[in-house]
Amino acid sequence: MTASKRYKEFLHQAWLSIRLPLTAIFFGLIVGALAMMWVGIQDGLSLSQILNLPLTAYRTLFNSVFGSFYGFGESLVFLVPLILTGLSITFAFRCGMFNVGAEGQYIVGLFSAAYVGFTFNGLPAWLQMITAIIAAAVGGGLWAAIVGWLKAKRGVHEVITTIMLNYIALHIYNFLVGSKEWFKADKFQGSHAINPAIKIPQIGLFSPSRAHWGIILALLAAIIVYIILWRTKTGFEVRAVGNSNEAARYAGISVAKNYIKAMLISGILAGLAGGIHLLGTQARAASMSAFTGFGADGIAIALIGQNHPLGVVLAAFLFAVMKRGAPLMQAQAGIAKEVVAIVQASIIFFVAADQMVKWIYKRRKKQVKEVASNE
Amino acid sequence: MNKAAIITLFALTFRLAAPLLLTALGALFSERSGVVNIALEGIMTIGAFFALVVTYATHNPWLGVIAAIAAGIVVSALHAVVSIKFKANQVVSGVAINILAAGLTAFLLNVFYGHGGQSPSIDLAWQLPRWFGFLKGIPVIGPIIGGHTPGVYIAFAMVPITWFILYKTPLGLRIRAVGEHPRAADTLGVNVYKIRYFGVIMSGVLGGFAGSIFTIGEGAAFLEGMIAGRGFIALAAMIFGNWLPVRTMLACLLFGFTSALQLVIQVMGITTIAPQILTTLPYILTILALAGFVGRSVGPAASGKAYDKEGN
Repeated sequence: MTASKRYKEFLHQAWLSIRLPLTAIFFGLIVGALAMMWVGIQDGLSLSQILNLPLTAYRTLFNSVFGSFYGFGESLVFLVPLILTGLSITFAFRCGMFNVGAEGQYIVGLFSAAYVGFTFNGLPAWLQMITAIIAAAVGGGLWAAIVGWLKAKRGVHEVITTIMLNYIALHIYNFLVGSKEWFKADKFQGSHAINPAIKIPQIGLFSPSRAHWGIILALLAAIIVYIILWRTKTGFEVRAVGNSNEAARYAGISVAKNYIKAMLISGILAGLAGGIHLLGTQARAASMSAFTGFGADGIAIALIGQNHPLGVVLAAFLFAVMKRGAPLMQAQAGIAKEVVAIVQASIIFFVAADQMVKWIYKRRKKQVKEVASNE
Repeated sequence: MNKAAIITLFALTFRLAAPLLLTALGALFSERSGVVNIALEGIMTIGAFFALVVTYATHNPWLGVIAAIAAGIVVSALHAVVSIKFKANQVVSGVAINILAAGLTAFLLNVFYGHGGQSPSIDLAWQLPRWFGFLKGIPVIGPIIGGHTPGVYIAFAMVPITWFILYKTPLGLRIRAVGEHPRAADTLGVNVYKIRYFGVIMSGVLGGFAGSIFTIGEGAAFLEGMIAGRGFIALAAMIFGNWLPVRTMLACLLFGFTSALQLVIQVMGITTIAPQILTTLPYILTILALAGFVGRSVGPAASGKAYDKEGN
């Protein structure tokens, strides 16, 4: 194969893997634009104003992140947990498992880090910080490993157990940080304050935004996940089980062991998301009235990122932009910020219904072929 | 606990179990036909929202119920098309619908009423009527079973109806066959896709109706996040009930009871058991049931798998 041919082949492969997410994102933005224009019609705006609404809204979204160092820094705050939950779901997906439980693992990780942060104040700050991060990983990992164990040993489908464990985590968390006899702080809706000295340092370039160096950990995690999945025996086995657990079993790979291992690693990543987000941005483990949404976003991100760490980082960035920009869109363009959820849900639909997108491309190809055969 | 508290406890159990039961029976139709439906949370949310919107505009709760059911049908049809026709991962589609429902209702709150968070309240006179109020005269039992919203009676009436449809009609046989072994059913001339559309849309009908109970039956306004995981509890109840109508009802009563107990002990100021811990009970029981530690739950064999007529 000549160099230019190989180059062409690579480009073709790259196009094949990104055309689905790109098409989905495009259609998602169109659906969002239609929703905005519908609001414009309700408000009785003129045609040019109606057509301008989505443009103004999307421009605001773009500028909220790329318009200033501050804005970019704020998007990084969301990017950190989004990359990690995206990776978490990706890892489980690669083993053929659907981890709907990143939400709960995130909470367990967050609490574990907070616990270390307000309990072991006798340790040197750097050691306490590292212990807190490790605690987050261990907490999230073990919480998810339960799911892997139940699937491996008792044949329980992971989707149900992860949903159930999410709610168990949420309620127990609120119990622990909301009861005085446990960890509730006086006069605050949440736990005792974590030692301020162990907070992850902020990035000066983006000040006064809350951007912190946890982003390095998130990017590092993406690289490590790539290495584990494609450069180690563990990763090979995980992917083998994910491709076909029957075939993997015939090849002598323990399916049960890999289910547990994959969920453990998946949970470690989601737990880290919680722990690092806490240590980067929060003073205490605040009580939660509902889920943070990082787990559900992670599912979307893994799908859009095609279960590849690089794709996950890019998709997470897209979601971080939407999270950062949505409130500003409401303030500056007068569009309810929830339109972003409509865009996100549409994108997931279009990615999930990949048959639909493939069908569009197949038809095009078919037409080309027919033309060719007619000649 | 005194007598009044115990009566309140059981009356509340029925009231809180009803929307769970309706939704769980909807899930039963969907899952028995082979389509996993974690979109129930979103379906309930959408139903609750549109019931309120229409009742607020027309002052007629029955039109609100019809709107809730219609909205439930639309959302479930979306789930059906994406997961049956386009063979998308059914869990992914469910996740997307839940995100969409939360976002769409919050978005429409802004569009319709100019502010987010909460809708305006309907007049209490526009709420669904209370049925069987005359039963309240019966000592002890009366206040427990009488004077509830129609949803409570319809939910419990749906249990034998669901059982009858599933086990005594050709349609029910087809639903179960399609959920267990679609290929075999197809060979015998059953239209797998059609049956699955029916199953999923039934979950929309019942889930949408269940949602309406929160905004025009028990409550009088729509609040963001008001369904608060009840769609998932309903799913859990169906699993704990081993995909069987009567056992699902018992599971819903049990889960309704734990919720009622939380409310009652909070009102009475009992602090020996934390409400948050009690809340986790349905979830823990469901996991234990699935793992075979409490009974044994086994779902339909083909549940969650897309069916392709052409093979693959």
